[in-house]
Amino acid sequence: MNQHSHSLPASYDAAPLELTRRAWPWPLLTLLLVAFVLIPVLGDDYWLNAILIPFLILSLAGLGLNLLTGYTGQTSVGAAGFMAVGAFATYSLLLRVPGLPLPLALVGGGIIAAGVGFVFGIPSNRIKGFYLMVTTLAAQFFLEWVFTKFPWFYNYASSGTISAPRLELFGYDLHSPLGRYLLVLTSVVLLTWIAVNLVRSQIGRNWMAIRDMDTAAAVIGISVDRHKRLAFAVSSFYLGVAGALWAFAYLGTASASSFDINRSFQILFIIIIGGMGSIAGNFIGAAFISLLPLLLNQIGQGLLSGMVDAGQLQNLQKIIFGMLIIWFLVKEPEGLIRLLANLGERLKAWPLRF
Amino acid sequence: MHNSVRRVFVGVALSLSLQTPLISLVQAAPNEQFVPLATYRVGPYASSGIPWWAGTLDYLRYINEVEGGINGVKIAWQECETEWSTDRIVECYERYKNGKDGAPVAFFLTHSTPASYALMEKGAADKIPLIDPAGGRTESSDGRVFPYAFPLLLTYYGQASVGINYIAQREGGFDKLKGKKIVTVYHDSSYGRETQAAIELLANKYGFENIQIPVAHPGNEQSVQWRQVRQLQPDWVFLRTWGVSTPVAIKTAARFGFPVDRIIGDVWAGSEADVIPAGPAAKGYQALAPFPGGDSFEIHQRLREHILNKGKSDLKDLSYFGKVYYNIGLVNAAIVVEALRAGQAHFGHRPLNGEEGRWAFEHLNVDEQRLKQIGFSGLLQPLQVTCADHEGGGAARVQQWDGEKWVLVSDWIQADRETLQPLIEAKSAAYAQEKGITPRHCQAER
Repeated sequence: MNQHSHSLPASYDAAPLELTRRAWPWPLLTLLLVAFVLIPVLGDDYWLNAILIPFLILSLAGLGLNLLTGYTGQTSVGAAGFMAVGAFATYSLLLRVPGLPLPLALVGGGIIAAGVGFVFGIPSNRIKGFYLMVTTLAAQFFLEWVFTKFPWFYNYASSGTISAPRLELFGYDLHSPLGRYLLVLTSVVLLTWIAVNLVRSQIGRNWMAIRDMDTAAAVIGISVDRHKRLAFAVSSFYLGVAGALWAFAYLGTASASSFDINRSFQILFIIIIGGMGSIAGNFIGAAFISLLPLLLNQIGQGLLSGMVDAGQLQNLQKIIFGMLIIWFLVKEPEGLIRLLANLGERLKAWPLRF
Repeated sequence: MHNSVRRVFVGVALSLSLQTPLISLVQAAPNEQFVPLATYRVGPYASSGIPWWAGTLDYLRYINEVEGGINGVKIAWQECETEWSTDRIVECYERYKNGKDGAPVAFFLTHSTPASYALMEKGAADKIPLIDPAGGRTESSDGRVFPYAFPLLLTYYGQASVGINYIAQREGGFDKLKGKKIVTVYHDSSYGRETQAAIELLANKYGFENIQIPVAHPGNEQSVQWRQVRQLQPDWVFLRTWGVSTPVAIKTAARFGFPVDRIIGDVWAGSEADVIPAGPAAKGYQALAPFPGGDSFEIHQRLREHILNKGKSDLKDLSYFGKVYYNIGLVNAAIVVEALRAGQAHFGHRPLNGEEGRWAFEHLNVDEQRLKQIGFSGLLQPLQVTCADHEGGGAARVQQWDGEKWVLVSDWIQADRETLQPLIEAKSAAYAQEKGITPRHCQAER
């Protein structure tokens, strides 16, 4: 590649052979094999229910927000609001459209969330940066309020809580932990695959151009407003599906308060810590944010239980968690994914660095 | 520079470890009863969580160390920090549902209505009873449809009914309720909305005017709501707020000249944390109390002697002893201990598993005499749980804030359960239909 870097890239047909020859992505295939075959065989209820399912769903939500914030540069703190739309829309579809298969209900929930996201993306035509962030904050509170205020959304349940009516696919009951894990995994893998291709496509490149400098993007003929709204819609689609999975495949129930501002912050932290503008970063960020506190809790109990007072032990875990976040961000502001990439580069040249 | 930072860290760590009293390590063994506790000692609700869990732990410690366990079966517990977030409580449940080191789990204290909802189906599938006194899903008191859910003591519908019954008592009879105006000021959340159907039913029955006024979360500013209350001139206000919205409501009511002794707070608006921030405005405020405050009940004497005075209490600040949240913890612990006792009477003196735990809770029968024995007379209501009735009690006392402490002003007031039962059964039947559950036949199971 290096000798070509000062000229225009060659066309695809005339490109050097190594560009067109596709190598099998062995590490990825191994990972998928582990996820689809090994984990269902080995994993127990605790691992599936409490670790892997929430981790995958939060990764998906992070991915959704990353498309908007990391790739298009539009900061949003309304992620959980759009998750709520997805959850309540999927619930409504399953409840009110008899015989609708689950995948279609999920996609439908996503599409409705995308529509709502599109509407809340309209202000991005005129306002940018922190001001736009405030409008997404308004979206968060507005959506939370809507799903508390109007009982139609939760089918007039006395407590405002929705629960999964049925989880089945072509006659298979997906209620077992394994079934729910496979449902989540399949959705996440499919949507991640689409996202990878999306950001490599014309649309993704336009998004990144807008992120890097929207005036320049407009000058080279990209329709900035349209692409920003599109980013809002696509991002909300992902968040909506994640919200529906969170409600039905993970907890089994949800109410508006399951998707409060804290959830939005959690997702924002996932992408900041994992890495903005990176697909794999979402997974690493989600692991860090959702699994590290559990790990610390387990370690704390294993090592210090009985020696340190329980209250202080738990405060200590919070302190350690906070310090790790600061330390990682000071070390590498571009996120954990960059840290890992640097580590990989170093390892390649490891014994003979100079 | 580096060295000095390191020195500070070492210093902090050392001083922390020196400060902490050594607590005996609770290790589970197969001949012990394992109790997972989803605590919240950090996070936004820590101020209520810390005394709450202290009450529970102090009582369990008392049972283990003074009474030698339940019929000799020691209780082993393990906390997991949840910050009162539903997903962390679910994680805790999943982590410990199969017990620890061979010690089985007989029940799981969810301590959170959202978590009770989230665990509802999991508990039924894993056969682990979910205990959530004075909370939980109201219709899950119908044990025929919800075999593994126990919203003990007083459901949300029951709370509404006790509130109305107390008002009737103060007015001098149910016939006096006709034409009265009762305003419910509620926290606009699933918790706040939960009682609406019950109050509407009671309004139709007794002929009072039912006005519902929502307060948006978190409720820091309530001028609009209380201006509306002043215009309506209601006879009574039923206050179903929670957290910061309670003291703000009391203060704002005073500012608009609404008499505080005409406000009846709900269970979760009736702790010291709800009235002390309101200052003198709260003097005369009344609240429902399935777990009253106060440190002069018999059990408090015993705990003071065996736990507090020996430095074994989980409380860091002993002034919380006998406060409402501490007593909630005590009452919850006493209920589960009594249930385990009932189970052991049937299955033998050994640790119980979840299925046996369900049997135990469904045969929990704590009468006034038993309450006297365990020192909870006046603090806990007589409780009889059956297969069909997973609520058991359905009563609360009313306590009044005298500016310094809560004073009990009524005996146990029973909820009108006959009136509410059709409402609950309709909801549980709808749930059964939605999930395809065939209700159990309680008669046949005897």
